[in-house]
Amino acid sequence: MEQNHEKWDTVINPSSGWLDIRLYDVWRYRDLLWMFVKRDFISVYKQTILGPLWYLIQPILTTIMFIVIFGNVAKIPTGGMPPILFYLTGLTVWNYFSSCLTKVSSTFLINANIFGKVYFPRLVVPLSNVVSNLISFAIQFGLLAVVAVYYVIFKGYVLHITSYLLLLPVILLLIAGLSLGLGIIISSLTTKYRDLSYLVGFGVQLLLYATPVIYPMSYIHGKYRALLLANPMSSLVEIFRLSLFGVGTFDIYQLLYSTIFTIASLFIGIIIFNRVEKSFMDIV
Amino acid sequence: MIAIKAENISKQYRLGQVGTGTLTHDLNRLWHKVRGKEDPYLTVGEENDRTKSAPSDYVWAIKDINFEVKQGEVLGVIGRNGAGKSTLLKLLSRTTVPTTGSIKIRGRIASLLEVGTGFHPELTGRDNIFLNGAILGMTKDEIKRKFDKIVDFSGVERYIDTPVKRYSSGMYVRLAFAVAAHLEPEILIVDEVLAVGDAEFQKKALGKMHDVSSSEGRTVLFVSHNMAAISELCTRGIVLNNGSLLFEGQINKAVAHYQNSGNTQTSFEHKGSLDLAVGNENIKILKVKVLPLQKEFLTLSSGLAIEVEFYNNKPNINLSIGIIVKTFSEVVISELPGIITQNKDSRKGVYSIKYEVPPDLLNAGIYYINLLFGEDQRHVLYEKQQIVQFEILNETIGTNSNPIAGFLRLNRNATHQFLGQYES
Repeated sequence: MEQNHEKWDTVINPSSGWLDIRLYDVWRYRDLLWMFVKRDFISVYKQTILGPLWYLIQPILTTIMFIVIFGNVAKIPTGGMPPILFYLTGLTVWNYFSSCLTKVSSTFLINANIFGKVYFPRLVVPLSNVVSNLISFAIQFGLLAVVAVYYVIFKGYVLHITSYLLLLPVILLLIAGLSLGLGIIISSLTTKYRDLSYLVGFGVQLLLYATPVIYPMSYIHGKYRALLLANPMSSLVEIFRLSLFGVGTFDIYQLLYSTIFTIASLFIGIIIFNRVEKSFMDIV
Repeated sequence: MIAIKAENISKQYRLGQVGTGTLTHDLNRLWHKVRGKEDPYLTVGEENDRTKSAPSDYVWAIKDINFEVKQGEVLGVIGRNGAGKSTLLKLLSRTTVPTTGSIKIRGRIASLLEVGTGFHPELTGRDNIFLNGAILGMTKDEIKRKFDKIVDFSGVERYIDTPVKRYSSGMYVRLAFAVAAHLEPEILIVDEVLAVGDAEFQKKALGKMHDVSSSEGRTVLFVSHNMAAISELCTRGIVLNNGSLLFEGQINKAVAHYQNSGNTQTSFEHKGSLDLAVGNENIKILKVKVLPLQKEFLTLSSGLAIEVEFYNNKPNINLSIGIIVKTFSEVVISELPGIITQNKDSRKGVYSIKYEVPPDLLNAGIYYINLLFGEDQRHVLYEKQQIVQFEILNETIGTNSNPIAGFLRLNRNATHQFLGQYES
């Protein structure tokens, strides 16, 4: 009986070590993750006429705008790809990153109500955001596929299927990891310094221009190239396009850089998040 | 077996505008940590008394609390507003962490104050059962198994595939409660939030709580201001006052402690120099006490005794006293008159008066006592408003645990009989 006393299911302590991260808890709550994904998906198109079609309207209109401004007015080359395909490819992958990042970075502020009442591993929420955004990504990816098939059949566009196609899931995983990592760092910091939540909104918009979405990587030379190379998303967008259409450049060091950046931000993110989730109710 | 063990738990909060100056505090904290020194902000902070202003921005919402809850025990958590009850619950439900100390828990904790947490208005009742259940910590299989029981308990079967935003608020609460009630945690926290529901709902909730503790052997923590319900349901109690543990033990004693822990006390006693006692040049009040005649604390059926001791400084007058019992809303219930001397023969010294109010007379509620001292029943020698406050606790009559209206509670002697069929 005495020994039994030392076996506790839960021990609540002021603040345990920095590395006291119970990822197993997250796994135990995997059902909750799916429920959140379902909730996110259903609640978006409830009481709308077009339903999930809304996921398509945004990239279509943006692509048209890009064609007009960057293609026709600014005359930025698209690396030999039809402009529609070029922009749509970039936007599809960029949208996944930006919507994950914005959603994840507001984790604490948006869910303060639930977090204040029940305990569950908070990491479930950002994870579910990344997964549910994968659904909208899939829908937009479908649109991209339809447009590509149209170009192949009616415009005689030749698809270059290369072995880079195998990198596609890796790229997706890296983008998910990167947006999750950066997002949870920002969301943890916003609990205390609310200023960051304003920064994220237009920061992501600005980052778009430092990423090869509206221009190919090879188009930028000189002093701005360094900026482009420092952006971990650059190589991911470029390789995404390369793996699908064979257009773009591949640099293993760039990919390595993005990978290390992703792992580092995930690592730091989880540690900070884990730290903040315990006490954020007192701050928010 | 011990279900919950709290050791030296404290929780510090920062008052005022949180967010301003936090960066400098953080840096200062870090600087102290780097040098291996103690957190400079943990040393400041004082007892959480809202009524007094204090120089420091940091307060202890609860400080150095120790207690244990055995498995299967129903523990009442008692305290006035701001005593630290909610903070304690927050710590137990893991929505925040203590500043110092630790809490050890055996088994799953769920709290009925989380009723409906995470309900999404656009989702159907069915989806919300799964979502809410998952938030509360159930697995999908577990919810599937209990699904029919939950729907049955909630009584909203017909609407189960309708978005909950179409539900009436009653249906909403019932469905939410049904999910929480079927969570089957080892430890259940019941907050007085329950008191907002209608009578039927309250009964259902309290009934469920009773089942949970008595037949299923689960541990229950019951937080309430309803002392009648507390003393009826709980076996042990802890009393919190301004963040510290005032008492831990048998529930009736805990309730008695609670009654004495308010700002205005049920008893007033002066010790020490006569000059410092409450009063004026004529009269000094030395003691006012309100005690139950029977039992350990004041309830409808305990009756009460009012004891007053005072010092009279005016010899050879006709001295009289009035003990005025008022309700919270300033309605005078009674002025108990006392003619102490009639032949101008009062003496300098201490007098004592005692009154008894019989059981089953005053209704449940909060009462004040004013004291009035007079000469010749005409001139006021001294008057003191609200010297003590006391609360008479409600008792359940039949199945009704709610207080009933009126200042007096005379219904115990009612007789009733059946007269037969109606004949015109």
